Amino acid sequence: MSESISAGGTGTPQEINYNEDVVKNFVIAAGFWGVVGMLVGVVIAFQLAFPVLNLDLEWTTFGRLRPVHTSGVIFAFGGSILIGSSLYIVQRTCQAPLWGGRALAGFVFWGYQAFIVMAALGYVLGISQGKEYAEPEWYVDLFLTVVWVVYLVVFVGTVLKRNQPHIYVANWFFLAFILTIAVLHLVNNAAVPVSFMGAKSYGVWAGVQDALTQWWYAHNAVGFFLTAGFLGMMYYFIPKQADRPIYSYRLSVVHFWSLVFLYIWAGPHHLHYTALPDWAQTLGMVFSIVLWMPSWGGMINGFMTLAGAWDKLRTDPVIRMMITSVGFYGMSTFEGPMMSIKAVNSLSHYTDWTIGHVHSGALGWVALVSFGAMYFLVPKLWKRERLYSLQLVTLHFWIATVGIVLYITSMWISGIMQGLMWRAYDQFGFLQYSFIETVEAMHPYYVIRGLGGLLFLSGAVLMVYNLWKTARGDMRDEPVVVSSAPAQA
Amino acid sequence: MQEKMEKNVILLAIATLITISIGGLVQLVPLYALDSTIEEVEGMRPYSPLELAGRNIYVREGCYLCHSQMIRPFRDEIERYGKYSLAAESMYDHPFQWGSKRTGPDVARVGGKYSNDWHTAHMINPRSVVPESIMPGYPFMATTELSYDDAAEHLKTLSIVGVPYTSEQVASAVADVKAQATGEGDVDAMLARYPKAAVGDFDGNPDKLTELDAMIAYLQMLGRLVDYTNYKPEMDYR
Repeated sequence: MSESISAGGTGTPQEINYNEDVVKNFVIAAGFWGVVGMLVGVVIAFQLAFPVLNLDLEWTTFGRLRPVHTSGVIFAFGGSILIGSSLYIVQRTCQAPLWGGRALAGFVFWGYQAFIVMAALGYVLGISQGKEYAEPEWYVDLFLTVVWVVYLVVFVGTVLKRNQPHIYVANWFFLAFILTIAVLHLVNNAAVPVSFMGAKSYGVWAGVQDALTQWWYAHNAVGFFLTAGFLGMMYYFIPKQADRPIYSYRLSVVHFWSLVFLYIWAGPHHLHYTALPDWAQTLGMVFSIVLWMPSWGGMINGFMTLAGAWDKLRTDPVIRMMITSVGFYGMSTFEGPMMSIKAVNSLSHYTDWTIGHVHSGALGWVALVSFGAMYFLVPKLWKRERLYSLQLVTLHFWIATVGIVLYITSMWISGIMQGLMWRAYDQFGFLQYSFIETVEAMHPYYVIRGLGGLLFLSGAVLMVYNLWKTARGDMRDEPVVVSSAPAQA
Repeated sequence: MQEKMEKNVILLAIATLITISIGGLVQLVPLYALDSTIEEVEGMRPYSPLELAGRNIYVREGCYLCHSQMIRPFRDEIERYGKYSLAAESMYDHPFQWGSKRTGPDVARVGGKYSNDWHTAHMINPRSVVPESIMPGYPFMATTELSYDDAAEHLKTLSIVGVPYTSEQVASAVADVKAQATGEGDVDAMLARYPKAAVGDFDGNPDKLTELDAMIAYLQMLGRLVDYTNYKPEMDYR
C-alpha cells in the first residue's frame, strides 16, 4: 500500500529540467517576509503593553500595523513558502518540469510579491476594506485574482503532464487549497468601487450576511491556506526527511475528503451569540466539533510516518521541528473545536484566548513546519551537502519552542482572566470590574507575550543566517550526531 | 472512485469543488433568502453622509481590530453596554464591523454616552481622560480636513449595493455634510432625511471641518436608531 504513495522517486532523473529558480526565489522571499512579518508582530505586541509606541502618527498605529503583521506572516511568509513548496513538490512528485515554462512561473513569483507590497503599502497609508484577513482593496484583489489563476494553471498543467500514474497525496491538498482560496477570495471580496481612479470600494454584502460571508472566508483561509496547504507540505517533507513512506494511504484518503468537506461549515463559530440566526450558529458549532476527527487523522498520519525511526527525533533537529509542528497542529485542532462549543465560546470570544489559540496554530504548526521545509529545501536547491549548522537548528528549535510556550500560556491566562472579570459580579449584584480595570490587568501578560514573540523572531533570524551560510556553501565544523542503530521498517 | 480521481486531475478538481461548495451553500443561501434573518424594526435608516464619512475613517484606521460592535445577549454585557445587538442594526453596514476582539470596550451603543468634548479629548490623547487606556492617540484627525467632495458618489455606490438612498439624498449629500457638521444651511431638511442625526460642530473647532468631526458624528449615533417601543423579543427567535 505504502509503496504506491512514496514521495516521488529517490533518484532525480537528470533529463528532467526542473524549474528550481522560482522555488529558490520563493524561499528567499519567505525568509525575508518571515522576519519582517514577525518583527511587526513584536512591535504591535509591545504597543498593547506600552501605547506610547503607537507614536501618535497615522501610519504607525496598532490599527494600521496589525494587518501588516497578519498579512505579512500569513500571506507573505506563509504564502511564499507554501507556493514555493507546492511548485517544488509538484515537479518532483509528477517527475515533470513546471508547465508554462520560466515565464509563467516567474509571473507567479513576481506577481505574488507585488500583491504583498501593494497590500502592505495600502494598510500603512490607510487603504483597507475593513474585513479581517481580507483587508486589501478591490484593485489589489483583482490583481491577485490574475496571479492566482496563473498559479492554478501552472500547477494543474504540471499535474496533467506528469510521468507518474498517480497524483501524489500532497498535490490533492495543494489543489484543494488553490481552488478553495480562489472561491473564497472572489465571493468575499465582491465589491463596487466608488470611482475607478480611487481606492475606496463598498462590498456588495451587508451586515449579518457580510458577517457570515467574511467568517466563511476567514475560517477557511485558516482551513485551506494554513491547513490544507501546509498539510500538503507535511505529506512531502516529513516522509522525505525521515526517509519513510507515509504511515497510511487509507487514512490520507479518508482525512483528505472529510477535512475538505467539513472545514467549510465551521465559519459560524466566529459568530456565536451574535445577531447571526441560531440555526447557523448551531450548524457551525456541530461541524467544528466533528472537524476534530479529520484534523487528528492528519496528525496521526504525520506522527506515525516516523514509526520505526523515532530515534531521528534525537539525531535530526529538522525532523524534530517538523514533528513538533504536527504536535502543535494536533493541539490547536483540539483547542479549536473546544472553543467552538457555545458555552466555552461565551467566555473565550472577544478575549486574548482567541489570539493565543491562533498563535499555537500559526507559530507552532504553520511556522515550524515552514522552517522545517526551508531547512530541507535550501541544501537541495543550492546543491549543498548539508546545512551550515545543525547545532544552530537545534538552538532555533528551542528558542522558538520556548517563545511559543510563553506566548500561548500568557494569552490563555489573560484571555480567561479577562473573560471572567467581564462577567464578575460583586456581593450587591453589580458588575465588579469596570472595563478599564480589566485592561490594566492585562499588562503583565502583554509584556510576557511580547517577549515570547521576540524569542520566536530571534529564532527566525538565526534560521535566515544559517540558511544564508548554507546557500553560500559554508559548513560549520561541528560533531555529527549519528543514529545508533539502523532504522527498522 | 478514489482510484479514478487519483489519476485524473480534472475529476479531482471537480470533486473537490463540489465537496467544498455544500457547506457554504447550505449556510449562506438561506441566510440571504430567509426574511427572518433580519428582524423588522422601526427607526433604522442609512447613514447620513457625515456619519458615513466618519464610519469610513473607523474602517480605515482598523478600529474594528480592538472594538466590537456586537453586544451578546448576556446579563453582564447588557448591563455594561446596553441592549443586545440586532441584525437589523447593521443591515446597511458595508462592511459589517462587529469585530472579533475587545481590547477596548464594545462601541455598538456608545452613541450619546459621552459628550463631544470627551470624545475630542479622548481621540486626540486617550490617556488624558482614561489614564490606563492603551488606545493609540489620533491627533492627526483633529487637524486633517475632511474630504467630502465625493460624498454623492459614495451614496450612489452604496445604493448600487442595496442601501436605499433616494436620489434626493444623493443630490444633497455634500450640502448635508456641511449642514450636519456646522448647523448652518438647511438643517431641517437634513434631519428629515436622517432623523436623530447629531448636529453641530463636534471637535470644538468650528473653523474647520475635520476628520474628527465626522468620526464623532458617527460615534454619537451608534446604537441610537432602533425604536424599541413596538419591538417584540419573539422576533429574536430565529
